[in-house]
Amino acid sequence: MESVVGRSGLWFVLIILALAAYVGAQDPGFAAHALIIGIIAFGLMIATLARYDPMAKAQSIFRMPEGPSRYYDDVIRWGVIATVFWGMAGLLAGLVIALQLVFPELNFEPWLNFGRLRPLHTSAVIFAFGGNALLATSFYVVQRTCRTTLAFPGLARFVFWGYQLFIVLAATGYLLGVTQSKEYAEPEWYVDLWLTIVWVAYFAVFVGTIVRRKEPHIYVANWFYLAFIITIAMLHIVNNLSMPVSFLGSRSYSAFAGVQDALTQWWYGHNAVGFFLTAGFLAMMYYFVPKQAERPVYSYRLSIIHFWSLIFLYIWAGPHHLHYTALPDWAQTLGMVFSIMLWMPSWGGMINGLMTLNGAWDKVRTDPIIRMMVLSLAFYGMSTFEGPMMSIKAVNSLSHYTDWTIGHVHSGALGWNGMITFACIYFLVPRLWKRERMYSLRMINWHFWLATLGIVFYAASMWVAGITQGLMWREYDANGYLVNSFIDTVTALKPMYMMRAFGGLLYLAGAAVLTFNVWMTIAGRLRDEAPLYQATYDAEADRPLVPQPAE
Amino acid sequence: MTDPMVKETVKGHKRIERNVTLMAVATLITVAIGGLVQITPLFYLDNTIEKVDGMRPYTPLEQAGRDIYIREGCYTCHSQMIRPFRDEVERYGAYSLAAESMFDHPFQWGSKRTGPDLARVGGRYSDSWHVQHLNDPQSVVPQSIMPKYRFLSETDLHIADASAMLNALSTVGVPYTAEDIAQAENDLYGQADPDVDLVDFETRYPKAQVRDYDGDPSRVTEMDALVAYLQMLGTLIDVNSAAAQQELAEETGR
Repeated sequence: MESVVGRSGLWFVLIILALAAYVGAQDPGFAAHALIIGIIAFGLMIATLARYDPMAKAQSIFRMPEGPSRYYDDVIRWGVIATVFWGMAGLLAGLVIALQLVFPELNFEPWLNFGRLRPLHTSAVIFAFGGNALLATSFYVVQRTCRTTLAFPGLARFVFWGYQLFIVLAATGYLLGVTQSKEYAEPEWYVDLWLTIVWVAYFAVFVGTIVRRKEPHIYVANWFYLAFIITIAMLHIVNNLSMPVSFLGSRSYSAFAGVQDALTQWWYGHNAVGFFLTAGFLAMMYYFVPKQAERPVYSYRLSIIHFWSLIFLYIWAGPHHLHYTALPDWAQTLGMVFSIMLWMPSWGGMINGLMTLNGAWDKVRTDPIIRMMVLSLAFYGMSTFEGPMMSIKAVNSLSHYTDWTIGHVHSGALGWNGMITFACIYFLVPRLWKRERMYSLRMINWHFWLATLGIVFYAASMWVAGITQGLMWREYDANGYLVNSFIDTVTALKPMYMMRAFGGLLYLAGAAVLTFNVWMTIAGRLRDEAPLYQATYDAEADRPLVPQPAE
Repeated sequence: MTDPMVKETVKGHKRIERNVTLMAVATLITVAIGGLVQITPLFYLDNTIEKVDGMRPYTPLEQAGRDIYIREGCYTCHSQMIRPFRDEVERYGAYSLAAESMFDHPFQWGSKRTGPDLARVGGRYSDSWHVQHLNDPQSVVPQSIMPKYRFLSETDLHIADASAMLNALSTVGVPYTAEDIAQAENDLYGQADPDVDLVDFETRYPKAQVRDYDGDPSRVTEMDALVAYLQMLGTLIDVNSAAAQQELAEETGR
């Protein structure tokens, strides 16, 4: 009882604070955020007062197995559900903005204009979809590879729910116009502070679990998770240093200006890719690929070499986002050289993943989950070749500012991050909910082909669009005049933008198949279907040839 | 593979693998180096911190317009960084100098040109062109895919505390004077409203343009602020002056 009073008192104080912030707010965005926090606190207070356990209720909704499992998996189940939910939301937002570029009438001012929806899409897929996948899998992997339960399970729940609050504040902020405009770091100062608290808690849970480990060695997947957590903390704090205008207003001004701000931002931006979308996802690869293939990791030495070289080199690559800008030339060249060197450790990871399938290559034919993993590693290899190539200044002079960059990002995001995440979800769901298998393996196959076809449409159309526009911008006629006005180059891209939206639709359709499959699996259903692969067997023919007596 | 050095390294790595503190510290050091080497010098090197004649902080109205530009995510489609290529210089104007964004907290160089570069858009079009274009881009450029921003004309410009805005900027290094900060509120609305008396405005903000921007002198709207910002972009430095040319010549390798 005391704890109920104590807790509801805490929520009550939070409500009062949120109300005060709402009343004193300097701008509508901050007021809306104060209101959101107040409403959540109010809901939690009511829930606490009614001595009503929302977790238990929700568990029955999602049919989570009751009782303590051997590992602390509750927060992981929530993480998997959140990954699927935010994945659908983020992909849908992507499809909407892709269509807005073909049909500008689909912009609904002011909240649903392209400029406000685009950060919503990028943050939803990177931080909400990818971030939840990383939270869920890291908690899963660290327990299994350390052979111990999570340190601080209460804190782990705080990390999960605190992270969801961060997502909600960030996403609503973009629609309301609360942004600091630094790409992939758009949330304003107070949301950044909140994420910092959540991240420190995440670090504590993760490292605490490693400290409790029953295995002498820290498994390679955990090196990558650890590097991801530490580096993201460093990048997040430095890049978001800013001065709020008022402590009751959303607006802040970046601590740095101009060229210093630009390089800090792209040091952050490139390594959000390098550590959030690469190191973290390589950690997933290092656990789930060997598990699904039932083969050990190909090379221990390769993993040492490529881990340290990858995290050392990645940090230097940021300036390739600023080629031919007012950034000093030496910094650009340094960025280019390190980006090219980065090709090798990136492929080290791909090789270590693919070669893990040595002796199990037949599973690519029979196991749709392995097939997804192989495709994701192939896309990882492809985009980590394309990236260094685009960082060469001569290539970049053509590709920069065009859709080629967008295509490059998506071959990495849809191909590598998306596919490996889907594969992990298919691996995790039956195990977490104690089911024999996914509801349908054939649907995984459908998902695989829908997604693959979607990526092909997406990447191909963006290559064509980017190179077309880059060449049109610099096209001169015989008299030395520019041939194309800017709007000519926009009109030329329309068919490609249409194809891109179609590719996005296919990818979203694949994710919808996943959502249905996961839903049915959690509901405890098994689809009655023919197995994906079965050699024919004819019992009649299975006998020695004996001479038949003549008629 | 039996190279003793490789063996020793692997053995050495086993120590790191058994100690999470060692691993975390080694990781932090490894990932800190690149940023330190690349970013720190930018705060000391001449061509990244030098001031060029003509650069001044934004007026309160321009800064308010800039904040609207950021709020609406204009940077997702428009860059403000002209690269030193023949086609870009002919299309958009002289290439951008580091000094031109020295008061930009945050920078707005952008990463994608779904629409054209805006680094030197100031003065290229009339105010009424901008207003009509922002209200309905397709009425000016039929093939345009830009969203409409009619609500800017309908929304009064509201800054909770203009002095606090300048104060925050001066905390991060923009050289606003005490008078700039004291006059912020008056400057903010006065720049778009010719009926307001401004004190030393043009001496404090050289080349600042004072007029009603949105065609509705009865009130100051968000459209006033945004157009005021767009109309000053790239206009502060006279790129053909000797000093600026000298600066351009010294920025080698671009």
